[in-house]
Amino acid sequence: MNTILVALRRDLLLAARRRSEVVTALFFFVVVVSLFPLGIGPEPAMLRRIGPGVLWVAALLATLLGLPRLFASDHADGTLEQMALSPRPFALLVAGKIAAHWLLCGLPLVLLAPLLGLQFNLNPGELQVLMLALLLGTPVLSLIGAIGAALTLGVRGGGTLLALLVLPLYVPTLIFGAGAVEAQSAGLGSSAQLSILGALLALAVFFAPWATTAALRISIE
Amino acid sequence: MLSAHHLRCSRGDRTLFADLSLSLAPGRWLQVGGINGAGKTTLLRTLVGLNPPDDGEVRWNDTPIRAAGEDFRRACLYLGHHAAVKDELTPFENLRQACAIDGIALGEAQAGDALRRIGLRGRGHLPTRVLSAGQKRRVLLARLLVRPATLWVLDEPFAALDTDAVELMGELIGAHLAQGGLAILTSHQPAPLPPGETVSLAA
Amino acid sequence: MMDKQSASPWMRYASPATFYPLAGTLQPWFAGLAALLTLAGLWIGFFVAPTDATQGEGYRIIFVHVPASWMSMVIYCAMAFWAGIGLAFNTRLSSMMASALAPTGAMFALLSLVTGSLWGKPMWGTWWVWDARLTSELILFFLYLGFLALQAAIEDPKRADRAGAVLALVGVVNVPIIYFSVKWWNTLHQGATISMTKSPSMAMTMLWGMLLMALAFWMYSIAVALARVRNIILERERHADWVRQTLENA
Repeated sequence: MNTILVALRRDLLLAARRRSEVVTALFFFVVVVSLFPLGIGPEPAMLRRIGPGVLWVAALLATLLGLPRLFASDHADGTLEQMALSPRPFALLVAGKIAAHWLLCGLPLVLLAPLLGLQFNLNPGELQVLMLALLLGTPVLSLIGAIGAALTLGVRGGGTLLALLVLPLYVPTLIFGAGAVEAQSAGLGSSAQLSILGALLALAVFFAPWATTAALRISIE
Repeated sequence: MLSAHHLRCSRGDRTLFADLSLSLAPGRWLQVGGINGAGKTTLLRTLVGLNPPDDGEVRWNDTPIRAAGEDFRRACLYLGHHAAVKDELTPFENLRQACAIDGIALGEAQAGDALRRIGLRGRGHLPTRVLSAGQKRRVLLARLLVRPATLWVLDEPFAALDTDAVELMGELIGAHLAQGGLAILTSHQPAPLPPGETVSLAA
Repeated sequence: MMDKQSASPWMRYASPATFYPLAGTLQPWFAGLAALLTLAGLWIGFFVAPTDATQGEGYRIIFVHVPASWMSMVIYCAMAFWAGIGLAFNTRLSSMMASALAPTGAMFALLSLVTGSLWGKPMWGTWWVWDARLTSELILFFLYLGFLALQAAIEDPKRADRAGAVLALVGVVNVPIIYFSVKWWNTLHQGATISMTKSPSMAMTMLWGMLLMALAFWMYSIAVALARVRNIILERERHADWVRQTLENA
C-alpha cells in the first residue's frame, strides 16, 4: 500500500509542476460534449435520450487523450527503468501511477459531468446515477487504458494505435455505464448496471496492474 | 558475487554475443569494452535483469537473479544512459523521490550532504531543467552516495562530466570497491581506477 | 534448464528449423482436405438442403456466415493460446504460429460480417443490423485489427511477439465479457424481433452443411497458417545457415 502511495504522490507532484496537461483533457471533454448537439440538433427530448451515451463516449475519448503520457515521460528520462529495478514491487508502483492518472484525468470528469448533464436536460436522479456510474467506470478506463499505454510505449503512431487497442475493450464499461443512466430514466432502477460496473472495477483492479507491468517489462527490454 | 553463464543476446536479428560467461568477486570491477553498437549496453541491462537473455542466466550469489528478485534489486544499482532525473523537480526532490521509490529513507541532511559533496551546493533547490547536462549527471552521482548497494552497474558513468567530476566519480567507485563492493561499467574514456577485468564484445 | 536429450521427440519440432519441412509436407494435405470439404459443404448447402419456408433461397448464405463466425472465434482462442505459450516458455515457433493465425482469423471475422450483412439485406432491408452477434463479431474484428496493427508497428520481432501475446491474452479474457455486455445491450434496445440467432429450427441437412463448411474452414485455416508460418520462419531465421541452403536450393 505504501508503495502505491509513493508512486501516486510522485505523479501528483509532477503533474502539479506541469499543470497544463490536466486541464487540456477537461477542456477536451467539454468541447466534445458540445459538438453533439451541434451535429445532431438541439431538440430537448432527443438530447435527453442521447445525453448519457454522449457523455460516456466523451469520457472515453478524454481518458484516451491522457493515456499516452502515463508512461512516456518516465520512459524517456529513464526513471521507468529505475522503477522496474526497484526493490519495491514494480506492479505496485505501476498501480500507484494508474491511480494518479485516474485522480488527474478521471475524477475531474466525474465532477464535471453533472454540469454537462444539465445541458442535456437530465434530471437530478439521472445526474446522480451518472456520477456514480462514472465514478465506478472511469477507474476501469484508466486501468484498461494503462495496458494499452504500456504496450504501445515508444511505438510510432502510438496514440492512434492505443485507441485502436483499447476502445474495443472499453465497450462493456460504456454499455453498462450509459445503460445505468438510461435505466434510471426508464424508472427501472440502475442497481444491476452499477453492480456490474462494480464487478468490472474489481476485476480490473486485480488484473490490469499485473498485465500492465508485464507489458511494461516487454516495452523496456 | 555476480556470475553470468552462457549468455546469448540478440537485437533484431543480429546476435550480439553468445555463450558469454563471466564472474565478478567482491572488491573487483569489470569493464565492458567494444565499439558502438557491439552490445555493451545490452549486456549491462541483461546483467541487471532489465533484458531477459535469449539463452543462459545471470546469478547473484549463486541464485538466479529472477529467483533472487527483491534481494538482488536491493543490492544492485544501475545507472544507464539516461540521466533518470525529472526536469520538473529539483535535485533535492529528485534524490528523495528516487530513494522513496527504492524504499530507502533519506533524511534532508543526508540529501544536502550528498548534493554538496558532488558539487551541486546551492543549486539543490533549482528545477533540474535549468541545470546543464553535466550538472544533471552529477545528480546521478549523488544517488551513488545515498543509495547503498553492493553491485554498481554503470553505463558510461564518465560521460558528460568535467575533469573534477571524473576524478570524484573515480574516488567514489574506488571507495566502493575498497568496501567490498562490485562494479561493472562501460566507458570510452580511460577510467581513473586501479586495474580491473575486462570483457570485450566483438561487433 | 531443460536437458534436450531427455525431452520428448515431439519437442524436436519446436525448433523452427525442423518444423519448416514438416509444415511443408503437411500443408498440401490440409489444403486438399479443405477443398474437398468445401465442395461437400457447398453442395449440401446449395443443392441438398431444402428451401427455407420463411427466408427462401437467400438464407443459404448462412452456410458461409455461421462457420465463418465460429472460425473467427476459434482462431482467436488458438492465437491467444499459442501466443501465451510463446510468452510463458519463450518458444519462438509458438509466437510465429500466433502471428500466422491472426490474418486468417481477421479474414473470417470480416467474411462473417459481410455475409451477415448480405443475409440481412433481403430480409430486413438494411445493410447492417445491430444485433448481438453481428455487433460482437464487429468488436472481435477490431480486436484482430488491434493485434495485427500492434505487431506491424513494433519493429523488434521479439518485442512484437511478446506485446502481441499480452494483447491477445487480455483480449481473450475480455471477449466473454464483451459478448455478454453486447447481448444485454441488444435485448434492452432491440427486443426479440431482429435477431439472427433466432433462426428457424434447423433441418438436419442444414446442420450437416454448416458442420462440413466449418471443418472445411478449419482445414483451410491450418493450411494457410502452415504456409504463412513457413514464410515467417524464413524471414525471421534468414541468417541461419539452413535457411540460406534452402533458398539456394529453391
